[in-house]
Amino acid sequence: MTAPFTRRSMLLAAGPATLAVPAGAAHAAAATPAGVLPAPLPGEIVPFQVHVPQDAIDDLHDRLATTRLPDPETAAGWVQGSPLPNVRALIEYWRDRYEWRRLERRLNSLPQFRTTIDGLAFYFIHVRSPHPNALPIILTHGWPGSVLEFLDVIGPLTDPVAYGGDASDAFDVVIPALPGFSFSDKPTEPGWRLPRIATAWNTLMTRLGYSRYVAQGGDWGAGVTTWMAEQQPAGLAAIHLNLPVLFAPPPLDGPPTPAEQKALAQLTAFNTDGAAYALLQGTRPQTIGYGLADSPTGQAAWIYEKLGEWSDSDLNPDQLFGRDRILDDISLYWFTDTAASSARLYAESFTTDFRTLKVDVPVGVSIFPREVYQAPKIWAERTYSHLFYWNDDIPRGGHFAAFEQPGLFVTELRNCFRTLR
Amino acid sequence: MAQITEREGAPAAWPGRSVSRRAMLRAGGAVTLAATAPAALLLNAPPAAADTAVRGLVLPPATTGIERFRVHVPEQALRDLKARLARTRWPDRGTTDGWEQGVPLARARAVAGYWAEGYDWRRFERRINALNQYRTLVDGLGVHFLHVRSPHPGALPVILTHGWPGSFIEFLGTIGPLTDPTRHGGSAADAFHLVIPSLPGFGFSDRPTVTGWGVDRIAAAWDALMTRLGYSRYVAQGGDWGSGVTHALAKLAPPALAGIHTNFPTFLFDPPVSAVPTPPETAALAQINAFLTHGAGYLKEMTTRPQTIGYELADSPSGLAAWIYEKFATWTDSDDAPEFGIDAALDDITLYWLTNTATSSARIYWEDPVTVRPSLSLPVGVSVFPKEIIRAPRIWAERCYSNLIHFNDQIPHGGHFAAWEVPGLFVNEVRDTFRPLR
Repeated sequence: MTAPFTRRSMLLAAGPATLAVPAGAAHAAAATPAGVLPAPLPGEIVPFQVHVPQDAIDDLHDRLATTRLPDPETAAGWVQGSPLPNVRALIEYWRDRYEWRRLERRLNSLPQFRTTIDGLAFYFIHVRSPHPNALPIILTHGWPGSVLEFLDVIGPLTDPVAYGGDASDAFDVVIPALPGFSFSDKPTEPGWRLPRIATAWNTLMTRLGYSRYVAQGGDWGAGVTTWMAEQQPAGLAAIHLNLPVLFAPPPLDGPPTPAEQKALAQLTAFNTDGAAYALLQGTRPQTIGYGLADSPTGQAAWIYEKLGEWSDSDLNPDQLFGRDRILDDISLYWFTDTAASSARLYAESFTTDFRTLKVDVPVGVSIFPREVYQAPKIWAERTYSHLFYWNDDIPRGGHFAAFEQPGLFVTELRNCFRTLR
Repeated sequence: MAQITEREGAPAAWPGRSVSRRAMLRAGGAVTLAATAPAALLLNAPPAAADTAVRGLVLPPATTGIERFRVHVPEQALRDLKARLARTRWPDRGTTDGWEQGVPLARARAVAGYWAEGYDWRRFERRINALNQYRTLVDGLGVHFLHVRSPHPGALPVILTHGWPGSFIEFLGTIGPLTDPTRHGGSAADAFHLVIPSLPGFGFSDRPTVTGWGVDRIAAAWDALMTRLGYSRYVAQGGDWGSGVTHALAKLAPPALAGIHTNFPTFLFDPPVSAVPTPPETAALAQINAFLTHGAGYLKEMTTRPQTIGYELADSPSGLAAWIYEKFATWTDSDDAPEFGIDAALDDITLYWLTNTATSSARIYWEDPVTVRPSLSLPVGVSVFPKEIIRAPRIWAERCYSNLIHFNDQIPHGGHFAAWEVPGLFVNEVRDTFRPLR
């Protein structure tokens, strides 16, 4: 439709580096992922603004308008995956009512940056608290989430007074995007495994001038955070996990307790019925990536399934999250063409690094009631030598705790880290 | 076709194979004739801007009669395919150029590029319309099948069942030698009448709208089909899901079924392992383990979430091509370039695309997630091709089949798609297996 985006036109479009996304096939070849975003020079922290070209938005609408759907599922509900009526309603909303620019405005109202660490440019949101003694925290998202999981907790964490809290609970917040996710670079060589990401996160916090900080995560974010604890960088004071990485479970001490039985049953159910996406992304991220890169409906259904299955929503994610927030996350994957690059994290680390690690750094854990896998406290106690916070009595929330229940999530972080200040 | 020949410049050539422009023009001439034949397939109205419900081809309703079936896909469906291919948005190259993470980007682009610019669906239509194709209603479902009778009166009827991501196309190269052996260097005593159905949800068979179409129900439908065709004594053959159906048919043991042959025994997913495994068992167990840990992602996904994976495959021809082509490249005896060639590969992929059956075919995995170890007493033949995903040890076959009439694991070439890859060797196996049953 128009000439390919050049670096010059991107720079002209806005002061700081902005995102130019290739719109469709004509530009796909020219705009290699690494070439789309300028890489900051070593040590440099470059302000970043999001601006998806109108071409890319028009292209999305064209694709949605010509979507070819499969037949309806032969068994009602979610037993065969994302149900057709839900997906149809979602993509119709995406095409007719969803407004990407709204999310852009919101993101661009936040301080966003990119910086190069270990050869890869990382995108992150960095919001300092107005309170001078705020505790720095690095929050790491998972799959199929993104930095957007944390958008609604930024205000309460950085500025608690404005949200009915106490200034002594203030945090400086750093929210990076994992390698291959959203506006971070896509690795072009193998090797970006969890330990390497954990090391990069410590470099990031050091580069930002933080000599004492804490870290938090669920899903892959819990994997990165646990590896940070394993590496024990000098600045890391403690971690908080809403999915403690206790798989495989530690050896049982006698017959399993009811809590242990429940967790073991959850692991079995996950492995038999719920882990296909992980096996597929772990072994064939490129193959699965073709359809996801080319079909926004395919991308939507792929992510929507997990938002439905893993949230505390009784399989009604539209109501829990709202379609706009669901589509914010899906659009972020779509516009950045990161389905394959994000899936590669499974190939790098799912069966190797994403596992139980003995941790001696102080660990806090919050177990939300509809988490996919709810490790019993006794397993955490056997694995984490300094388990300083544990709460498994939270009224609502599932796997996407921060995204689902930002208020309860904030309360957990405040309660957890209060003793460390 | 006209679109291709009117393009400026030469059509994209597949590497290592010259696509003759002249040949394509010749082919284009013949399309006109085919297009005047009565169309047996219709396409829904074109996708209006606001219509997201486009589903693809509509099959003529089947009856309990045996209705002749021909394929003519409307030009509009082919135009839509080309338009989608032309606007493919690709992922990045990834972190490797090899096959470790799936189809490499360069190969995926080459396949899609040839599909858009060089491939000729009408050639395939002419080929299959030259065969006797039918649809008939069995157990409420319209079943598509090829039925090719031998010129030899004493021919043995055999029902050949394909798998995933194959189709009836797998067997096209065996039709001549099996039905008419004397014209293919064989003996009239080895002649077969062939019935080659399309599985429910595959190709030109109906797509089930309710659950229940697992291998047992399909097997019963196959027996009903053979009975309807007037065969009171027949044999059955299959690999992949075709093996699942063939084993289910053997378990059902209709009186007319005289024996079966398989090139992928179902016991491989529940093997009767010796207390101390023999070297062939150890090798097979290692292959099973490699498959389950590194090769079964597609299987787990289709077993548990056929609908979810279906959205991208229904909407993106490039995605569908990669999904299927990966299996052709990695399951054949071919060093990543299937011997049956890119055109045959795209015949199959295009069949899945035009019929929008990626999802409906995936559901067979959802229907039958567990394979039960067989215990059969009727005559069974097993052929183990050298590059099969898991090579079956003879001792397992002996334990599962009390009347093992044929076992051959010394075949020079061939992989998972044996009939398609090495039709001559496959035909030998089928002939050798069933000779004692005539």
